[in-house]
Amino acid sequence: MTTDEMLRQLYGFTLTGNGPEVLSLTRQGLELGLGPETLLYEALIPALEEVGARFERGDFFVPEMLIAGKAMAGALEILRPLLAETGAQTIGKIVMGTVKGDVHDIGKNLVNIMFEGAGFEVIDLGVQVAPEKFLDAIREHQPDIVGFSAFLTTTMPMFKANINALQKAGMRDQVIVMVGGAPVTQEYADVVGADGYAADASAAVVRAKELLRARRAVAPA
Amino acid sequence: METVLSSASRQVRIGGENPFCIIGERINPTGRKIFQEQLRRGDLARIEIDVAEQLAGGAMVLDVNMGAPLCDEAELMTRAIRLIQSRCDLPLCLDSSIVEVLEAGLAAYQGKALVNSVTAEDDRLDAILPLVKRHGAAVIGLPNDEEEIPEEPTRRLELARKIVDVATGTYGIAIEDIVIDPLAMPVGADTSLVLRTLETIELLRDELGVNMALGASNVSFGMPDRGAIGAAFLPMAIASGLTSAIMDARSQQLVQAVKAADLLTNRDPWGAAWIAAHRARQAGPGPAAR
Repeated sequence: MTTDEMLRQLYGFTLTGNGPEVLSLTRQGLELGLGPETLLYEALIPALEEVGARFERGDFFVPEMLIAGKAMAGALEILRPLLAETGAQTIGKIVMGTVKGDVHDIGKNLVNIMFEGAGFEVIDLGVQVAPEKFLDAIREHQPDIVGFSAFLTTTMPMFKANINALQKAGMRDQVIVMVGGAPVTQEYADVVGADGYAADASAAVVRAKELLRARRAVAPA
Repeated sequence: METVLSSASRQVRIGGENPFCIIGERINPTGRKIFQEQLRRGDLARIEIDVAEQLAGGAMVLDVNMGAPLCDEAELMTRAIRLIQSRCDLPLCLDSSIVEVLEAGLAAYQGKALVNSVTAEDDRLDAILPLVKRHGAAVIGLPNDEEEIPEEPTRRLELARKIVDVATGTYGIAIEDIVIDPLAMPVGADTSLVLRTLETIELLRDELGVNMALGASNVSFGMPDRGAIGAAFLPMAIASGLTSAIMDARSQQLVQAVKAADLLTNRDPWGAAWIAAHRARQAGPGPAAR
């Protein structure tokens, strides 16, 4: 198999969420001498981007997004230590959590999968995450982005509370703040002073990349 | 066990031998951009259309949720209830996670409302149940607590039991007035989740004997051909013991599936309602098939 064929197959099996094939092609690719970055950026990430695009068009459905994400995650387990050795940068790092008072996590988990699939490092703090816990995680992990999820109109005000806590700690400018969840709107995100909002998991990744590009253009890391 | 709801002039009974109770979900701004903007301007005209469509479709109770961001939800709830009660005589289900909104809704409501909802969290129980008692309303109980939305049916039963115990024991609410939500989860996120919901329904029926309501549209979230999924799920849930659902009452596919399940589970003596609905459809242009 040529390396082109190999990458094409890896792309195809990731797109269709065939975990075992994705794993074996990833191993084969490494054996053939392909770099972990090549596998990641020329097959896996483009595949997940295509999954996201199809999802947004209504051609792909939630289970297909989940299984593709899972297939990708399997490959990443092999590639991550190698990428760390080569000193490759992840696309970005995101700390995620459902806000305090809210125990809903299905939407947040979908978003996590799409972020991981896009090559982000995701640190998931779970549900019922208090502002101090977000601050601690941001101090510890130094993420590019922090994501607040809320499913209830009663818990959405925690976005503002979290952003206030960031401001008070002098950390607001360190991170991009993204918010989301069923009742959340762009207008609400603007009012609470978030940097980004998206209506679904795949749009969230696109938006996150835009925000990262914009930030890096201003202040190159 | 029968849960009785009422408007000023009509009673609806949930459970017992009664037909499955269809609670229309439509009056809810979540995911409806234009409706959200209208509500922000204080324009409630859309609600009249939603009421008419759900009535025509077969709704027996209407859920009312005014949870649009950046609005005075309590004021919208008050105005919406007055408007809806002036347009139809169906009992209403007052849907908010904000205590003050429920309070405003109950104050404006004529009849016996269904409050949607209380969870098994201590502070929620202590804030909402006194309101329910004071207004003589019924209440939907969600079996989640401050930690989690449990997946295990036995854990959901435990939390449902806690809600029932506190409501009846501490606040003197009749068990008939407690409707438990067995928690419908999206099958697209995990194909084992709906079986857990069905198990929960059976447990709740066998152990507590309470009436139940769930959000049926959750089940098909993220999947294509949602109507067919709902039309399969509802009869399964009804066979397991579900007695009502908050659902798209405009969908004839769903409503017919529910009516067929009523017939098949002996809640439609002599098939009279089934046959009458057939004749009504033949006689005139009903709501468009969806």
